[in-house]
Amino acid sequence: MSTSATVNAGGYLENLLAGQPHLPASPLAWLNVLRAEAVDRVGALTVPTLRDEEWRFTDISQLTKMSFHPVRATISLQVADIERFYIEEATTRLVFVDGVYAPQLSSNVSGIGVAVVNLEAGFAAHAAAIEPYLGRLTGFRDNVFAALNTAFLHDAALIVVPRDVEVAVPVHLLFIATQKDVVSYPRCLFLAESGSAVTVIEDYVSLQEDAYFTNAVTEIALIDNARVNHIRVQREGAKAFHIANCAVSLARASNYQSVSVAFGARISRYNLNVQLAEGAECAVDGLALISGRQLADTHTCIDHAQPQAASNQSHKCIVGGSAHAVFNGKVVVRQGAQRTDSKQSNRNLLLTSKAHVDTKPQLEIFADDVKCTHGATIGQLDDEEVFYLRSRGLSDTAARNMLTYAFGAEIIERIPISSLKYQLEQTVLEQTTVQL
Amino acid sequence: MIYQDSKILLEVNGLCANVNGTEILKGLNLTVRSGEIHAIMGPNGSGKSTFSKILAGHSAYEVTGGTVMLEGQNLLDLAPEERARAGVFLAFQYPIEIPGVVNSQFLRLTYNTVQTHRGKEELDPLEFDDFVREKMKLLEMNPDFLERSVNEGFSGGEKKRNEILQMAMLDPRLAILDETDSGLDIDALRIVANGVNQLANKDNAIVLVTHYQRLLNYIVPDFVHVMEAGRIIKTGGKELAFELESRGYDWVGVEHKAATGAAA
Repeated sequence: MSTSATVNAGGYLENLLAGQPHLPASPLAWLNVLRAEAVDRVGALTVPTLRDEEWRFTDISQLTKMSFHPVRATISLQVADIERFYIEEATTRLVFVDGVYAPQLSSNVSGIGVAVVNLEAGFAAHAAAIEPYLGRLTGFRDNVFAALNTAFLHDAALIVVPRDVEVAVPVHLLFIATQKDVVSYPRCLFLAESGSAVTVIEDYVSLQEDAYFTNAVTEIALIDNARVNHIRVQREGAKAFHIANCAVSLARASNYQSVSVAFGARISRYNLNVQLAEGAECAVDGLALISGRQLADTHTCIDHAQPQAASNQSHKCIVGGSAHAVFNGKVVVRQGAQRTDSKQSNRNLLLTSKAHVDTKPQLEIFADDVKCTHGATIGQLDDEEVFYLRSRGLSDTAARNMLTYAFGAEIIERIPISSLKYQLEQTVLEQTTVQL
Repeated sequence: MIYQDSKILLEVNGLCANVNGTEILKGLNLTVRSGEIHAIMGPNGSGKSTFSKILAGHSAYEVTGGTVMLEGQNLLDLAPEERARAGVFLAFQYPIEIPGVVNSQFLRLTYNTVQTHRGKEELDPLEFDDFVREKMKLLEMNPDFLERSVNEGFSGGEKKRNEILQMAMLDPRLAILDETDSGLDIDALRIVANGVNQLANKDNAIVLVTHYQRLLNYIVPDFVHVMEAGRIIKTGGKELAFELESRGYDWVGVEHKAATGAAA
C-alpha cells in the first residue's frame, strides 16, 4: 500500500503544482525567491509513506490517489451562510473561502489598533517586519506539504501586534471549504511584538461533505514578553483531508498558550513545533474526538533551546467506531537548557473494540539540571468511576456519556472564550452521546 | 434511634460473595429497621467495605449465596442505578474526581434522575440552585463548591462533605457510609457527623462502616457489629465500640471461636 503512494507521488505533486493559478510576481524580491525555493523543494521531495518514521502510523496513500485542484471560481457566500460559525466575542474576523480571502465577509479588520490583514494587503506596510518569519519558522526544506503551501503563498492572514499592545478582542480566522475536489493553502502569520498580547482562533469549517484537501501553514513569532493565546479548531467535513504545519517561536519570557481540537476530516495531521528561548513558557493542549473511520494524527515537538523555560502539554484522544488516533509528542531539552520544567501527558480513551491509538512520547534530554515528566495512558472508562455515577442513579449509558464528555471537556475548558467553549462542549456532548 | 414498631428496611441473610474467585463474605446476617443507626466495625480485610459495595451493586463482586432484601424487594436483582432510585445510598470512601463536569450540573443531573424515577418533579437550574444551597448549609459548605469540577482538587474533608451533600439531596432510605471518617480532621469530622445526624430520621436508616470508634463519638449508633472474616461475629450497643477502642479486635475473635467451638 505504501509503494503505490510512492509510485504515484511524483505525478501527484506535479499535478498539484501544475494546477497552480498564475501567481503575479510580488514587488518584494525575497517573496518571489521564497516561492521559487518552495517550488524547487516540491520538485525534490516526495509524498511521505508509512516507511517514513514520522508517518509510520498515518497512511495518506488515499490522498495521493485523488485529484485536487486549486479553486477556479469562488462561490459567493452570504453572511447567512456562515453566521453559525461566528464566535460572539471575536468581532474581528478574517474569512477565507476555499483559501481565498473574502473581504466582504470579514469584519472589524482595522478596528482594534492591530494589523489584522490579508497578507497581500499587508505586504507593503509590514514586509520588513515579517520577512524574518514568513516561510522561515516552518522549515519547508524537508516538508513537502509546507513547501506546497509556500509555493502557493498568496492570500494569508497576517496579524501584527505592536509593542506593548494588548488586544482585548479575540481575532477569528475562519477558513471555509465550499467546493469538492479543491485544494486550499491557508496561511497564517502572527507576530506579537515585545510585551504585546493577543488571542487568535484559527478555525477550519466546511459547508459541504465531499472530499477536499486543506494544506495549512501557520507561523507564530512571539518577541520578548509577548503573550499569545492560540485556539485551533479543526472541524472539517467528513471526507476532508487536512494537513497542517504550525511553527511557534518564543523569545525570552514570552508565553504561548494553545488549545487545539480536532473533530473533523477523514484524515488529519497536525504538526506543531514550538521553540522556547530563556524563561519562555508554553501550554500546549489538544483534543482529538473522532469516530467512524477517521484518522487524527498530532505530532508535536517542544524544543527547550535555552534555560529556565517551562512547557506543559496535555493531549487527549477520544476514539470511537473504528477510528484511529496518533500522538507523537517529542520534547527536546538542549544542552545548556538548564532548569527546564517540562510536563507532558497523553491520555487516550477507546470507546469501542475497533478503535485504535498509537502514542509515542519522546523525551530527548541533553541537559542535567531539568525537571521532565511524561506519561501516556490508553484505556476504556474506569469501572470505579462508572460505578460511582450509577450509584447516584444514573444509567450505565448516562454514566459513560458523562465520563466521556468530561474527559474531553477538561481540554475544552481551557479555551478562554466562553461562547466558543460552549459551542465546542456541545459538540463533544453530541458526539459522545451518539457514539455510545 | 430505636423506635417501637419500626419496619424492617434491610434484611441480609447468609450473604456470601467472591471477588476474583476469593471468598470475602461468608454468610453475613444483618437486619436494619427504619430509624436505626448501625455501625459495622472490624479490622482491615474483614469484608466491611466489600459488604457496602455489594449493597450498592458493584459488579466486581459476585454474590454466591444468601439474600438481600430492601423493604421486601430483592436488592440483588437490581442494577446499581435502580438501587439508588429505590433508596440505597453509598457514601464512598474514595469519591471519584470528574474534571470537566461542574459540580452543580452533576448534582442536578443525579437529583433529577432519581426524582423522575420516584415519580416526582424535576427542578430547573434556578430552583435547584436554591434547593442545593439550602442543603449545603447543613454541611457548612461554601457555595463555590457548586462551580468547581466534581471533587477535583477537593481536600479529603471537602470530598466527604460533597458525599453527604448528595445523601441530603437524594434522601435515601438506607445510607451506607463507608469509612466516611477516614482522612478527616476533627473539625471536618464534626461537620460531617452533624450533617448526618440531621439527616437521620425515623423513616430512614444509616449503616456506618468504620475502622475506628472516633466517628461514633459524633454519630451515636444504636447497634455496633463486629465483622471478622466475612461475617458479623458480635453485636452490641454503642458501648461495644468503646470496648473495641480500648481492647482491640482480637478478643472478639477469640470469644467467638470459643463460643462456636463450644457449640460444635
